Amino acid sequence: MLKKLLDFFFRKKKQVLESEKTAKEKQTKQGKLTARERIERIVDPGSFHEWDMFVQQASTDLGLDKKFLPRDGVITGTASIMGHPICIYAQDFSVAGGSLGLAHARKITKIMDHAIKLGVPIIGINDSGGARIQEGVNSLAGYGEIFFRNTRASGVIPQISIILGPCAGGAVYSPALTDFVFVVDKISKMFITGPEVIKTVLGEEISMEDLGGARVQAEISGNAHFFAETEEECFEQVKKLVTFIPWNNRKKADPFPPKQPKVNYRISELIPEDPRQPFDVRDVIRAIVDDSDFFEIMEFFAPNVVIGFARMNGETIGIVGNQPKVLAGVLDVDSSDKAARFIRFCDSFNIPLVTLVDIPGYLPGVDQEHSGVIRHGAKILYAYSEATVPKITVIMRKAYGGGYIAMCSRHLGADFVFAWPMAEIAVMGPEGAANIIFKNEIAESPNPEETRKQKVKEYIEKFANPFVAAANGYIDAVIEPDETRKYILHSLFISRSKEEQTLPKKHGIPPF
Amino acid sequence: MDERKEDFVEFQLLDGQFFTKIPRKYLRRKKFQMPDKSQLKAFIPGVIQNIYVQVGQKVRRGEPLLVLEAMKMKNDVNSPVEGKIKSINVKIGDVVKKDQVLIEFSDFED
Repeated sequence: MLKKLLDFFFRKKKQVLESEKTAKEKQTKQGKLTARERIERIVDPGSFHEWDMFVQQASTDLGLDKKFLPRDGVITGTASIMGHPICIYAQDFSVAGGSLGLAHARKITKIMDHAIKLGVPIIGINDSGGARIQEGVNSLAGYGEIFFRNTRASGVIPQISIILGPCAGGAVYSPALTDFVFVVDKISKMFITGPEVIKTVLGEEISMEDLGGARVQAEISGNAHFFAETEEECFEQVKKLVTFIPWNNRKKADPFPPKQPKVNYRISELIPEDPRQPFDVRDVIRAIVDDSDFFEIMEFFAPNVVIGFARMNGETIGIVGNQPKVLAGVLDVDSSDKAARFIRFCDSFNIPLVTLVDIPGYLPGVDQEHSGVIRHGAKILYAYSEATVPKITVIMRKAYGGGYIAMCSRHLGADFVFAWPMAEIAVMGPEGAANIIFKNEIAESPNPEETRKQKVKEYIEKFANPFVAAANGYIDAVIEPDETRKYILHSLFISRSKEEQTLPKKHGIPPF
Repeated sequence: MDERKEDFVEFQLLDGQFFTKIPRKYLRRKKFQMPDKSQLKAFIPGVIQNIYVQVGQKVRRGEPLLVLEAMKMKNDVNSPVEGKIKSINVKIGDVVKKDQVLIEFSDFED
């Protein structure tokens, strides 16, 4: 018995302690934490249980038989985060560059299968040089198996990717298929083809950081959802996210004790009289949600639309809001993509949607049209129409034209639509409309500018208000801005047991 | 994102000017330019392997003008227009950058 135990301790020591020592040396040099440290700092203390510790490389070809690759370069296991059960894996860059061999991939797919079967979120920490070349097509097979599971698990369990090192080539498609991608400044690097290849083929010179660093992914490409300065800050973001989302698509997010918003936000004081003056929609959000705690997603990408989680009466809600402070809050290619994907996440995971509208329309421009703003803009219509979770819309100020329809209007199936008294629900803004409708009168007038102003005023009085829409039943109530929380809380309460049957189908065909 | 008053600018939309911030990505966007039909540009960086035409020669649309080798592929580059070769700005063996002007046309028709 003792001998067996000693043998076990010896083996375990080799796998854990010795490999951790090497890992520590190698990772510290690059300013990174080890795979084990990362897991331990994300999960609740003492909750991590490692599985498949004794797995080693599957191949013995090309000198692999002479190498000691503990755990084949990936740590997998189960744990809890703030009491929520999760499955987790972390690639270990200190073992053969975190390269993905067959055994490595099998460990990942095994823990993914666990997560799917048990209905708990999966968190993947990526820090890998890519495919293990010695293992050839088996390594590619491994990636394929991971992508397959990422896709099949999409909308079933929340999937979180944390990029804490290189994640390049095909490997980067696993994070891309997951729901939330976290990056850390100067540590995360994501790209399909690296600077070397780009230089050889196109002659374009760019650094790795400028090509696919954390800032680029968070601000320009929109591949990342959360940006942090340090690994520690990133882990705090991950923990916070986990508390907002349910374990799986059959559950609701765990409720928290209800809290009042912090009183220092009064909506009526936040909104400028002139609809062309900006305000920060996030201040409105903070004025209506519990504890004024708004957890913003994709803060730096397409900031003309704001998305994120918050709680009302202790329950998680998803918020989509036009941001008048950036590009006047227009919809464009990027913001449509951003909002649409978030709406689909919320719908998949039973999170009610609250939409705050102040939109002058879609962004004009050749670049927009040529990048497919029709196709991308359609995603937001698709996502809202498809969503069957409770949908509550508040029209704050402008809601013009296609933008009005797109932002979860009654016509796309909103359950409750409210408008503030200063809301302007119209085909277009007063200036544009008057110029078109009264074109001849303005042109023929002895004083065109005076006539134009007169006509704009006429239009404003007749159409730039919420009452035409209210008279048609397109909005349910005109409310005072400071009553917004009260009305949303009531709507959420009333729609708690909402269930909607959709037409039988395999799946829709969204304008990807 | 640090906020400064001067970050806010007048932004023109159909319904007048809005006072708002402009993200970096929007400022960096590629502004649209009509393609200049009088020039043939390199669509990819590479090496000029062969030139089939001479200055003054009339060419038809689709006629091969030169061979541009890039990514180990010998790419036949055909004339996008019907017209006359005004100038040839490269010679065989030249290494060219992307969008470098290779040939200019005169009296051309789209």
